[in-house]
Formats: sequence, structure tokens, C-alpha cells
Amino acid sequence: MQQERLRRAMMFMPGNNPAMLQNAGIYGADTVIFDLEDAVAISEKDAARHLVASAIRRLKYPCEVAVRINHIQTPYGLEDLKAVLPAQPDLIRLPKAENARDIRDVDEIIAAAEKAHGFAPGSIKMMAAIETAKGLLQAYDIATASPRMVALAIGGEDFVADLKTTRSKEGTELFAARSHLLLAARAAGINAIDTVFSNVNDEETFIAETKLIKQMGFDGKSVINPRQVRLVQEIFTPTEKEIRQAERIIAAYKDALEHNSGVIALDGKMIDTPIVIRAERVLAYAAAVRR
Amino acid sequence: MTKLLRTAQAGTVESTDILITVAPAEDGTGVRIELSTPTLAQYGEHIKSLIAKTLSSYGIEDAVVNANDKGALDYTIEARVTTAVARATR
Repeated sequence: MQQERLRRAMMFMPGNNPAMLQNAGIYGADTVIFDLEDAVAISEKDAARHLVASAIRRLKYPCEVAVRINHIQTPYGLEDLKAVLPAQPDLIRLPKAENARDIRDVDEIIAAAEKAHGFAPGSIKMMAAIETAKGLLQAYDIATASPRMVALAIGGEDFVADLKTTRSKEGTELFAARSHLLLAARAAGINAIDTVFSNVNDEETFIAETKLIKQMGFDGKSVINPRQVRLVQEIFTPTEKEIRQAERIIAAYKDALEHNSGVIALDGKMIDTPIVIRAERVLAYAAAVRR
Repeated sequence: MTKLLRTAQAGTVESTDILITVAPAEDGTGVRIELSTPTLAQYGEHIKSLIAKTLSSYGIEDAVVNANDKGALDYTIEARVTTAVARATR
């Protein structure tokens, strides 16, 4: 089975804050996202992109390093790419993706930078955030517009504003969007990442929301506070009980194969292919967490 | 050789940052750096030489620099000098 990179907690860090950039690696996030977009004032866009590029070049991070650039159709998006690509970030996150063309444009710019700087072709990955109804209806095209694409994310605050509603604790307003985004990501074979939850003091709702999106099938969540990293990872990590059960299923399956038994049962329940695949996924995930 | 066209600033005086001000200087006067930092004895020379090296990498040979350091690491110093030069040359 292919070992996927874990992207359970993808943590945003404001791009123009030296203290936060240099400490970004210590919180255990699977991915840190240095933000050049919403977290940076218009007058400081240039300073933030220089600081982020310098941090990536000079500091060592124990996790995946992503940069959220400004939208490629704004005056800042191209300048962001020009500044940060020579530092070779692992991942570029595009905000407000609405069509495949934007993805292809960025893909070409990255390809040119990889060539110019001698990086392996395809080494810099991309992900896109869907933040509008228009973007959501193009989600699969966006997800498949470039082989660099590793994830679709949902930008919940902008999305519900576009829907002309507000965010609730239950997340009813995001149900269609999350479902559609997940289907698009799965059909494209890439990660699905849920939106940020901005009230860092409301752990109870954060935990309920994270459990909900995990059950829906999401791979992880964007987070804005180090405290949220541990909570997300705990929810996404298989429990000892789940791991033991998965091991028993695989053992029963192997035993049946060896004895050419047609039907396999464990504790009175039939074990068929989807159950075996799920058990393999639990074990692969547990192994990835231990690494 | 690149010439600074105007006085420009980058950075902040928050902890672990550095506020860099660069200004044009007469040809041939070289780079003059005025530095204030809580770590002058340990890192004063290192910070000054890093600022000078970064300016030189952009082809700046003459400049007056004021640096108000609040414990910035090298990556921040390089970035703030880069931004100040970009703002002073555009």
C-alpha cells in the first residue's frame, strides 16, 4: 500500500512575524503554512514574502512547509511566487481557486522556477482552497488541473459568506460544500482538508467539528493555533483498540487465504474486501503516525 | 552597481525583529552602519557584517544604514535588508 504523507493538522503562521516563523516547527503540525495573504497588511506584502523566503532558505523545519500566496490574479500573487519559489517550499497553497486555468498558470510558473534553479521537476507541490460556490462547482477540474495538486481545502468563512449565510456550531451550512469537496478530492486521488475553526477558546465545538469531518472522510484540517494541532492529531490517530482489531482482521484474512477458505468470519462478522482494505489503511496510518 | 534612490525602512521593533533604515550616500563614501542592539558585545560585528554583505549582494556600495535590532536571527536581518533595498530602489 502506498504510504501517503500525513496532513492532519496544517497550521497557518502569519508571514511577516519573525518570532512565529522561527518557532513554527516546534508545535508538531504535519504542515506549516506561511501566510502571505490574509494575515499580511497590503503595505507589508513585500516584507512578508522576503521574510518567508529567507526563513525557508535558512531555517530547518521538521515538517512540510507550505506558503499561501495571494491569488494569482491580484498584483501580489506573481510577486509572491517570484520571491518564494527560489527557496523551494514543499507546497504552494492557492486561495480562492475558481477554475482550472489558475492552477495551470501557477503550475507553469513553478515548472519554470524548478528548471531555473535546478530543482527536481514536480518537487514543489500545490494545493488549492475552495472559497466560493463557483469554485466548488469546479472542484474536480481544479483538483485534476495539475499533477502537482496534492490537496483541496475548504475556506469556510469566505464560503459561507458567498452562500449568504453564517457559520453555526453544527456546520449545517457547510454540509453540501464539505461533501462535494470530499467527493472531488477522492475522485482525483488527493487529500481533502477542512476549514479553520477560528474560536480558539471553544475547544468543545472544535473537537466536535473535527470528529465530524474525520467521519466524513477528510484527511485533516487547517488550524490557526498550536493548541489545535494536538487536538486534531489525537482525533485522527487510530486508537490502540482500532489498531488491534485491524491486525486481527488482516491475520484472519491471511489465514483464510492460506487455507483457501472462501468466506472469512471474525467474531461472527463477515470479513470482505472493503473491510480488509480499511484495516490495511488503519495499520498504514498508524505506521505513518509512528514515523 | 545599484544606487539607493531614497530613504526606506523595513522591519519592526518587536522582539526578534530588526528595523532597518537605508539612505543614499555620496559616491565613494562606502557603507556606514549605525547599530543599536541588546547584544552589541556578542553579535555587533556579526550583524554589521551581515548587513554589509547583504547590501553588497544587491550591488549597493554606498549607503547610510540605521539598524535597531531586537534580537533578530540572521534570516530576519537578511530579509529586512532585502525589503529596505527593494523599497529604496524602486
